[in-house]
Amino acid sequence: MRTTLNRRKFLLSTAAGIGAGALPWRAARAQTGKPVRIGLLTVKTGPLASGGVQMEQGITAFLKDKDYTLAGRKVDFISADTGGNPAGAKTKAQELIERDEVDFILGPLAAFELLAITQYVEQHKTPMMSLAGADDLTQRKPNPYFVRASATSSQAMHPMGHYAATEMKLKRVITIDEDFAFGYEQIGGFQQVFEDNGGRVVKKLWPPLVTADYTPYLAQISDVDGVVQGFAGSNPLKFMKQYADSGLKLPVCGGETAGDDALLPHFGDEAIGLISACPYTIDLDNDANRKFKALLKRDYDVVAGFYAAGLYVIGMVVEAALEALHGDTSDKEATIKALRAVNLKDTPRGSFHFDDLGNVVGNVFIRRVEKVGGSLTNVTIKTYENVGQFWPYDEKAYLAHPVYSRDYPPLKS
Amino acid sequence: MNFWLVLAINSVTLGGLLFLLSAGFSLIFGLMRIPNLTHGSLFMLGAYFGASLVLWFHVEFWLAAVISGVLVAAIGAGIERLLLRRLAGAELAQVLVTLGLSFMVADLCLMEWTGDPISVPTPPGLSGAAHFARLAFPAYRLAIIAVAVVVAVALWLLLERTRLGAMIRAGVDDPQMARVVGIRVSHLFTTIFALGAGLAGFAGMIGSPILSVYPGLDQDMLPLALVVVILGGTGSLLGSLVGSFIVGFLFNFGQALLPDLAYFVLFLPMVLVLALRPQGLFGRYAP
Amino acid sequence: MIPSRLAVAAALAALATLPLWMSGVFYVNIASQILIYAVFALGLNVLVGYAGLVSLGHAGLFGVAAYGVAYLLAAGFGHGTAIFAGLAVAVLATAVFAALALRATGIGFIMITLALGQILWGLAYRWIGVTNGDNGISVATRPAPFGVSLAGSTAFYDATFVVFLLALAASAVFVRSPFGVSLNGTRDQPRRMNALGYHVWMIRYCACLFSGLLTAIAGILFVYYTEFISPQTLALASSAEVLLMVISGGSGTLLGPIAGAALVVIVKNVASAYIERWNLLLGAIFVAIVIFMPEGFVPGTIRLARLGLRAAKA
Repeated sequence: MRTTLNRRKFLLSTAAGIGAGALPWRAARAQTGKPVRIGLLTVKTGPLASGGVQMEQGITAFLKDKDYTLAGRKVDFISADTGGNPAGAKTKAQELIERDEVDFILGPLAAFELLAITQYVEQHKTPMMSLAGADDLTQRKPNPYFVRASATSSQAMHPMGHYAATEMKLKRVITIDEDFAFGYEQIGGFQQVFEDNGGRVVKKLWPPLVTADYTPYLAQISDVDGVVQGFAGSNPLKFMKQYADSGLKLPVCGGETAGDDALLPHFGDEAIGLISACPYTIDLDNDANRKFKALLKRDYDVVAGFYAAGLYVIGMVVEAALEALHGDTSDKEATIKALRAVNLKDTPRGSFHFDDLGNVVGNVFIRRVEKVGGSLTNVTIKTYENVGQFWPYDEKAYLAHPVYSRDYPPLKS
Repeated sequence: MNFWLVLAINSVTLGGLLFLLSAGFSLIFGLMRIPNLTHGSLFMLGAYFGASLVLWFHVEFWLAAVISGVLVAAIGAGIERLLLRRLAGAELAQVLVTLGLSFMVADLCLMEWTGDPISVPTPPGLSGAAHFARLAFPAYRLAIIAVAVVVAVALWLLLERTRLGAMIRAGVDDPQMARVVGIRVSHLFTTIFALGAGLAGFAGMIGSPILSVYPGLDQDMLPLALVVVILGGTGSLLGSLVGSFIVGFLFNFGQALLPDLAYFVLFLPMVLVLALRPQGLFGRYAP
Repeated sequence: MIPSRLAVAAALAALATLPLWMSGVFYVNIASQILIYAVFALGLNVLVGYAGLVSLGHAGLFGVAAYGVAYLLAAGFGHGTAIFAGLAVAVLATAVFAALALRATGIGFIMITLALGQILWGLAYRWIGVTNGDNGISVATRPAPFGVSLAGSTAFYDATFVVFLLALAASAVFVRSPFGVSLNGTRDQPRRMNALGYHVWMIRYCACLFSGLLTAIAGILFVYYTEFISPQTLALASSAEVLLMVISGGSGTLLGPIAGAALVVIVKNVASAYIERWNLLLGAIFVAIVIFMPEGFVPGTIRLARLGLRAAKA
């Protein structure tokens, strides 16, 4: 009796499946007059969520300002939450490409998500523009359909290492960063330049991305004159608080996400003095940055930061490419070529262009957190101009060594 | 030297927090024979309630902690009366329902508070480091140890010195006989479930300045509570206390000394205890 | 009334030709997912439905097979070696874990399997040197059995369907065999079985091994489908999900887990386009089924429908 009932249900569900599948989900559409579909892979759950939400704010502020029309074509914008992990990124990428048939993919947020989906996206030849680090995507395993307008994970940390050694005069540091690709590549970049300029990384600590309590790691910090971190999302808040609470007072150097301008309203006084290196800085004084900050304030009442700026700039690049293509995205090769040819002068991060591998060459700003008029803000103390992904090294020599990882560069014995 | 001391004190703090979380679980498991897989979610719910009270309603920290505990206790009582009681006797069904509920609570929290972790400020006066003998240690973590001790003593008094406590102990030892003797076991169940839930909610709020409140907090804390209760023994307060500190130490030192095997170090003892001495260190019976 | 054999044959024929009538690569892929999870659920059901042992750690075994394959492929070995190793390491893990877990029954078994699943998850998550932790391991290519590449979604679906059929057949044979019947006996009356001279522990142990084998097969299909493995696949939530598939469909039946797998995969992938909080929906379905239809969605709906019909007649 039981088995018969199950078979009937089986047949019913199969029939339902047939019915659903056979419906004409997709009618044929002509190219002209069809909106351009832009899919965003972002994170709205977990420690990276604060960055992900800002990514979405940055791009929607841009699109809204353009009335959702770029180069004369209407824009269909679809946002997907990957959950901040590679498996989720894979699933959502599949949905965007197979179900929603997007013309561009923006995002994902995290380097390890990008690494998980790059092969798949490349197979489908969908142009992808991310602010995720994942160095190798424009280095040793380049994805020809990928463009990065923010920085590789190590791109901002190379100048940070230089600054720490030459101007902060640090000699021995401990590094602490999340145990995933973005963390490894940031610290690797810092270590390479720092040690080439006379410094030494004594120990490297790797707490998991989701760590509630950093004490077991903070307890291991001693016998150094500085701490280097590259925490992402909202982890910098937790880390700096626990750092101060444990009585440590050594100078802290951070990456592009560690001192993110958008996080500053949430920091307490423990963040004062934090030095960070970022491709975006809130006090850059040009028209585009002023407009960008105003749009964010008007639409979302938030402080601008690296994540929002990254996506806003990507929006500008997509618009510039679409204008060069006269709105025609049917030829994927031409589209990616147009994207990589974009060269902008007035943007929230200043002027930039792309190198042959699709990675940005632009400014990196060194900032320090200070209290100005009762609230915390980043003050730019030095600008490194025209920093490409290999700076300060020669491309060939750089590509000859392996990608930065947990164990590369190795600790000097 | 400093490294060991800092880790040791941190282990004791985590142990204190885990005791608050797992004491309730142990009582529920001991009395009602239900491993309440919703317990982690109740912890997280208490943390979210507390965070909202402190950040948006500007309620004083400790008062918010008590209110969160009470709110979660009420929810716990509701769960027990409406769902678990219908399934009385069907242990497996009860386990599965609590599992399903944990999914629901987690998603409801995500809907209400979004996915961004919430940082709860340490109560003023306890933030920053306390200094003694050249050592700095976060003051708030020491406060948690104190709270855990107070709650432990209060629970002990409840169990050993009150009538309710006697009824609970009777119910844990032999539920059938307890009914025969006239104890209203079903009322007892609701009370205990509410008490356990309330403790978990309170613990969630107390722990939030350290752990912060984020989606996935429930899945991080539940396995720890399970290990505590299995190690210490179900239905035993002393077992929960000892188990909490053991787990606190295993977790902290594991993360620092053997990061690759941190979870292995934590769960292996649980497996061994279940396989070799299922009643745990101080438990009355095997699960 | 369609004879049940015909119904099954029709359903299988429809499944076999799915890529022909299902429009869209996306939906063919979902069908592949359903079949993969159906094999996984069939494996778990051997324990839950037929042996009466509820496991909350099966995602660990699923993941071990997947990691085995991914690791060996990344190390440069061929598909044949990788698949064999994936199966071997997963079955080995099952052998060790079953020996530990079978020291308890009932709630104790649930707790041990939960802990063992967590151990495997913890290793996947923190043993970075081997598993690459949160970053996961990517699988570059799919195998090409008999020269037919499985890179395309249709080809992969067809291969998955074949494996699914074999798994279903194996389960059917297992369940109807004398061994399967004795397994039912150990579920219903373990003491009596013991008294009758059956070696209850050994029967259960063999059932665990068979369950582990099916789970490993599903894990290997999975890693080739997603071309990626990460610790998330071994989390407690994943074990809970497959348990939900078995229970919702109807444990102790052969086709129930398949229906359950379809239900969960469809809610996750298709409903998620319309309902953002699908986890809430899944949890609610779970609770409702456990309370109102503990025998499973399929028998339960029929029972409620019958009650409704009777009430309407009265």
